[in-house]
Amino acid sequence: MKKTVVAIAILCVVGLSSTVVAKNAADTTPAQDIETYRSYFTKKFPGVPLQEFSNGVYAIDKVSRDSWEAIEEFPPYEPFIEEGEELWNTPFANGKGYADCFKDGPAQRKNYPHWDAKRKMVVTLPLAINECREANGEKPLKWKVGAIASLLAYMGYESRGQTTNVVIPEGDADALAAYNEGKSQYFSRRGQLNFACASCHMQSSGMHVRTDILSPGLGHTTGWPVYRSKWGNLGTLHRRFGGCNKQVRAKPFKAQSKEYRNLEYFLTHMSNGIEFNGPSARK
Amino acid sequence: MRKPAKLTAIAASFAAVLAVSLVPVSSMAEGAKETIAMGKKVAYDRKLGNCLACHMMDDGVSPGDLGPPLVAMKTRFPDPAKLRAQLEDPMAANANTMMPPFGKHNILTDDQLDAVIEYLYTL
Ligand code: HEC
Ligand code: HEC
Repeated sequence: MKKTVVAIAILCVVGLSSTVVAKNAADTTPAQDIETYRSYFTKKFPGVPLQEFSNGVYAIDKVSRDSWEAIEEFPPYEPFIEEGEELWNTPFANGKGYADCFKDGPAQRKNYPHWDAKRKMVVTLPLAINECREANGEKPLKWKVGAIASLLAYMGYESRGQTTNVVIPEGDADALAAYNEGKSQYFSRRGQLNFACASCHMQSSGMHVRTDILSPGLGHTTGWPVYRSKWGNLGTLHRRFGGCNKQVRAKPFKAQSKEYRNLEYFLTHMSNGIEFNGPSARK
Repeated sequence: MRKPAKLTAIAASFAAVLAVSLVPVSSMAEGAKETIAMGKKVAYDRKLGNCLACHMMDDGVSPGDLGPPLVAMKTRFPDPAKLRAQLEDPMAANANTMMPPFGKHNILTDDQLDAVIEYLYTL
């Protein structure tokens, strides 16, 4: 029953995705998907080296890249890294701290998101942070802005240079199903305006919506958290997912919902091999 | 409250009929002008047509380039039904389209679509 629903949803987007990914999310393996997804962009933007895709739209647009490079001289996310470090080093009421949960230190990005086979779910880094807090009797932080973003900025900064390597464990049907759910979400048209993520970030990447250039989806997960001048502060990846859903007048899912965690699982897997470079600055 | 409003509406439509039948030329031109102006407004408005997000057209500032420039519409779309179909549900012609289904998803009302089409034929 559930399989049929997914199959139908995917058939509806065949048109869009047929040139890119197979008809049915389950028809291709994650390894094949990486190959197809990556080569779609490296062919579309032949002058751009793989690692460059971690810089979003600035990888493909010289003009905005120049002003971005100027901004990176005095990065607007810097104070947040400092705040995050302070938070990391501030003990909980019980005397323990984040370092007791993340035993090998703050440089954690290479470990997330990952499939937790026992709980049969995708665990993201923000989720792990809040679970650490709750396990130590602290209240969870809000998901999209504020202290969690600062912590992620510090942890991201410490993780710079690590390489994305999201594993879909071989032979684990549940992990594969979660991945395929994320994948079909990426290729399904949604909202009153009727776009899939792939409509904008694959098919139309490099083109202009008014004056905005649509960034390639490859590398979309590496630079988080992001300081956006439009936000005026630092935000998390799921905040951006919500914003992109709202843009097409679709009801966003909740940050850290199963839907967004699975989407992150799929999308981060697509960027395997690309270095983490968060936090970063965007328009 | 309601009755007078209704009466006024009837009176207005009666007046409109009168206007059309009695002073056809100038008033009709006025009406068409108004429709075209409304069509342009709907087409440009970011919350309505937002056609400029993707199409270069008319005197619109900073257009996007996802879709082709909207020019010479009469020559290229001699059949208004075809133009309307493109606005109603562009997926019917192109499953991969990047254009929103303005009619099918009720992004614009019928009146707004009519007005946009009137306007497009001036381009
Ligand atoms: C209508 C077009 C559109 C759709 C559909 C859309 N986005 Fe976006 N997205 C944008 C625009 C515009 C931006 C800002 C400019 C840019 O970086 O592309 C953006 C930015 C992003 C970014 C930030 C990139 C960066 O380098 O900071 C991510 C991540 C993203 N989108 C993911 C998604 C996902 C996942 C979906 C599907 C749930 C989606 N988008 C759907 C238009 C879209
Ligand atoms: C998000 C992008 C987008 C928006 C917004 C959009 N269009 Fe389009 N439009 C396209 C694309 C892409 C095409 C190319 C044909 C296709 O893919 O359907 C197109 C094609 C067309 C065509 C056919 C043009 C031709 O030369 O064949 C017309 C007419 C048109 N659009 C009118 C409009 C009008 C009027 C609006 C606003 C009410 C509008 N479009 C809004 C993307 C868009």
